[in-house]
Amino acid sequence: MEHEITLIVNGTARRARVPARRLLSDCLRHDLGLTGTHVGCEHGVCGCCTVLLDGRPVRSCLTFAVTVDGAELTTVEGLAGRDGRLSAVQRAFAECHGLQCGFCTPGFLCTVTALLAENPAPTDDEVIDGISGNLCRCTGYQNIVKAVHRAAELLAEEA
Amino acid sequence: MTTRLFGERVPRREDPRLLTGQGRYLDDLGREALAAAFVRAPHAHARIRDIDVAGALDVAGLVAVYTWEDLPERAGRALPLLIPHPALTHGRTAYPLARDVVRHVGEPVVMVVATDRYAAEDACALIQVDYEPLKPVAGLEEAVQGVRLVHEDVPGNVGAHLVQEVMTADGRGAREAIETSPHTLAFRLDIERSASMPLEGRGVYARWDGRDLRVYSSTQTSTSVRMAVAAALGLPLPQVEVIAPDVGGGFGVKIVHPWPEEVLVPWAAMTLGREVKWSEDRREHFVSSAHERGQVQYVRVGFDDDGRVLGLDVTILHDHGAYTPYGIIVPIVTSTQLPGPYKPGSYRVEFTSVYTNTVQVTPYRGAGRPQAVFCMERTMDKIARYLGKDRTEVRAANFIRPEEFPYDQGMTFQDGRPLIYDSGNYPEMLRMIKELIGWDSFERRPGRGIGIGCYVEGTGVGPYEGGHVQITSDGRVHVSTGLTSQGQGHETAFAQIAATELGVPIERVSVVTGDTRRFGYAVGTFASRAAVVSGNAIALACRKVRRKALRIAADALEANPDDLDIADGIVHVAGAPSAAIPLSTVAVLANPLRYAFDDETARATQFAGAASPDRPPVAEGEEPGLEGRDYYSPIRSTFAAGMHAAVVETDPDTAEIKVVRYAVVHDCGRLINPMIVEGQIHGGVAQGIGGALYERIVYDQHGQLVNASFMDFLMPYATEIPHIETGHLETPSPLNPLGIKGAGEAGVIPVSAVIASAIEDAEGIEIDRMPLSPSDLFDLRTTHRP
Ligand code: FES
Ligand code: FES
Repeated sequence: MEHEITLIVNGTARRARVPARRLLSDCLRHDLGLTGTHVGCEHGVCGCCTVLLDGRPVRSCLTFAVTVDGAELTTVEGLAGRDGRLSAVQRAFAECHGLQCGFCTPGFLCTVTALLAENPAPTDDEVIDGISGNLCRCTGYQNIVKAVHRAAELLAEEA
Repeated sequence: MTTRLFGERVPRREDPRLLTGQGRYLDDLGREALAAAFVRAPHAHARIRDIDVAGALDVAGLVAVYTWEDLPERAGRALPLLIPHPALTHGRTAYPLARDVVRHVGEPVVMVVATDRYAAEDACALIQVDYEPLKPVAGLEEAVQGVRLVHEDVPGNVGAHLVQEVMTADGRGAREAIETSPHTLAFRLDIERSASMPLEGRGVYARWDGRDLRVYSSTQTSTSVRMAVAAALGLPLPQVEVIAPDVGGGFGVKIVHPWPEEVLVPWAAMTLGREVKWSEDRREHFVSSAHERGQVQYVRVGFDDDGRVLGLDVTILHDHGAYTPYGIIVPIVTSTQLPGPYKPGSYRVEFTSVYTNTVQVTPYRGAGRPQAVFCMERTMDKIARYLGKDRTEVRAANFIRPEEFPYDQGMTFQDGRPLIYDSGNYPEMLRMIKELIGWDSFERRPGRGIGIGCYVEGTGVGPYEGGHVQITSDGRVHVSTGLTSQGQGHETAFAQIAATELGVPIERVSVVTGDTRRFGYAVGTFASRAAVVSGNAIALACRKVRRKALRIAADALEANPDDLDIADGIVHVAGAPSAAIPLSTVAVLANPLRYAFDDETARATQFAGAASPDRPPVAEGEEPGLEGRDYYSPIRSTFAAGMHAAVVETDPDTAEIKVVRYAVVHDCGRLINPMIVEGQIHGGVAQGIGGALYERIVYDQHGQLVNASFMDFLMPYATEIPHIETGHLETPSPLNPLGIKGAGEAGVIPVSAVIASAIEDAEGIEIDRMPLSPSDLFDLRTTHRP
């Protein structure tokens, strides 16, 4: 049986008809065509599928789409400004070479966006702790950590 | 001002799309495509008695079910053995879908195609395969006993056996040299299985329009996939195109081809006349994509009072899994890279490569070098320990000296060419790493130790790569090369090369890789070869185009081509900036046209005044357009090198191991983009630390892979990786025009050796196997300190 749901994704109301077992990650990617959210494991470990649900990071591969009917979601496609200007977090990742293949990147960007919203000036340990639920096989994390600090700086400058 | 970008930390051109969710990875394509899923073998070794698909037929959305018997003759053939070798006397490969026998858990048996992946997996779950389980060969020890066989026609499970020997200067073999050495040691060293484990699995998406086949694959080699698919499906090559879209990491596993799915998905698309896509899930990746690293080394070494190695005798047992599609590259690389920066008086290496009922083994970043370096560096540490000498002193006593380059190691490398090191400066590198980590002032105490590891890495293997460069009449530069990208920043590094060579702003340069529509000839991205081989090919192609541009500009400016230079995309007479012509105009002049479809082309029509009425518009030997193609084919590999050092702390109670400092000094010749090179090193070191302390693929005695998930196969998070300090040494390669060596694998290669060295230093217990978990260390403590 299919269910009609509405998701507010990146500020726009989107409707989909999904079976109850449809994962939110699949719904975003395949029903709504928002393929920026990636799936690396589908068992909740890698963090590639992280999106913001009412501002908080969640694993879209562990969430059934029907359970978030009516919720506000932000995906990587919604991080840049409406004018297309990259967010401070996105710019910092580019500046610090915080991505290589880019597959883990959307998950990191969402995680870090939420992290800095909650804690605008994290210490090194807080940064490492904050991203410790996301795997990256390419970068060795060093430049990601650097990028988080840099993003905090940019946000402070622009505040 | 000239446009000098080579060597600069240029921001990556690929980032804007990857940061905004606009990347196009395999599963992002083909939204309307049918989905494929596979029934995979649950047994490590079994005969297939019967396949009953009846239960699946009622699944809503089911489109087709295929077993081996449904495949046409060609597509159903055993997959190719890509790299044959005379020593691989018993090479065996799998069928795209299992035929009669399955030889590892995860081998594909049935392919299901349905309207979406959910339906396809529903159908898979309802298909009944009746197996007659056979006894599996579950590990290296069992394989060499040869009692149970993986392949009935491979006696003793031995696929390959090879001996290489380099004699002493006076013609004695290594065994004899060891017998007559003042000191000898013998020991066994083990490395366990791991895997590349890119965060994006493999995937294939195919479209057939009744005549032409287009295949997208998450591959490290689109050109070879194209040829393999054309061969398997019996299609003329020009009717097949293969594109590697954005690829979410490779690290070796995606160089293998054709994977069964790369034959089956295009075949299904042709058969059904519909688009078909398959995206590997994580469990599938664990049980069906390749692994590497598992190897046992038996070492005997003879040395003098200074620790100089007089004879080295290594016997390697290599587990290549159930099939050998990629040949025996891994043990060959271990064998030949084992001497590293040293010159043992004599060296004998023998390997036996055996079958087990496990996933096939093919190169994973480093490709046999981590095992080689573990072997050699453990040997150096053991010699130092035996003689009571500093570990770096023993290494220095064995180094090839800077004045000895080119240095011939006397063996045949993986590319079939002589193993001759092109350049390097190992004593200087040792000085740098000791300084960076503070070796001489290190305060050792129980539970805190320091370790070191040195390596030499053959990079940039041939046979060739090519580059194509085209400047269009809008002044843009379009560069393409056939090899593929999985995060190495090629779009940036190659644009830097092109911008520098052509004297154009980098913003005007765009680079395409891995698309056979743009460049059909290539080998692939592996063995740290992309920058060296494609980088130089692109530079050579740019130089061709530059010469042509200068020739045309010289005509137009009535100047001598030798007096011309290009800066900011404008050709000008050196010293006379007003005598200038932009490359966009040169591109117009290079292509006399008949039809004027815009302003630019109006200037280039054949009536726009040819240079001379007595000469044809396109001169003899010329081609229209401002473009060029060239290839770079290295005479032999370049040899990058590096030295790593680490400080570790071990917990006295829990035996937890923490890497508190990690330092790298690295020489990859001239750097194109230091930011990208450092990124490659960081990532490699992190993978190395994973391999040294956390990651292991575990099979039980039934051949079941018991940790096939990210919950149980532990890849490091940010919490496990220390800050990595890097230093660069540049000894340009004399072998290629740009003087570069490769960097892709460097970071990972010596890490297990370095961490073992540091733990041994901290604990005073010899570390002879990696990875080492806290419980392994705890057990070692218990046996060594009763
Ligand atoms: S895909 Fe969701 S955590 Fe890995
Ligand atoms: S950039 Fe490739 S996995 Fe993180």
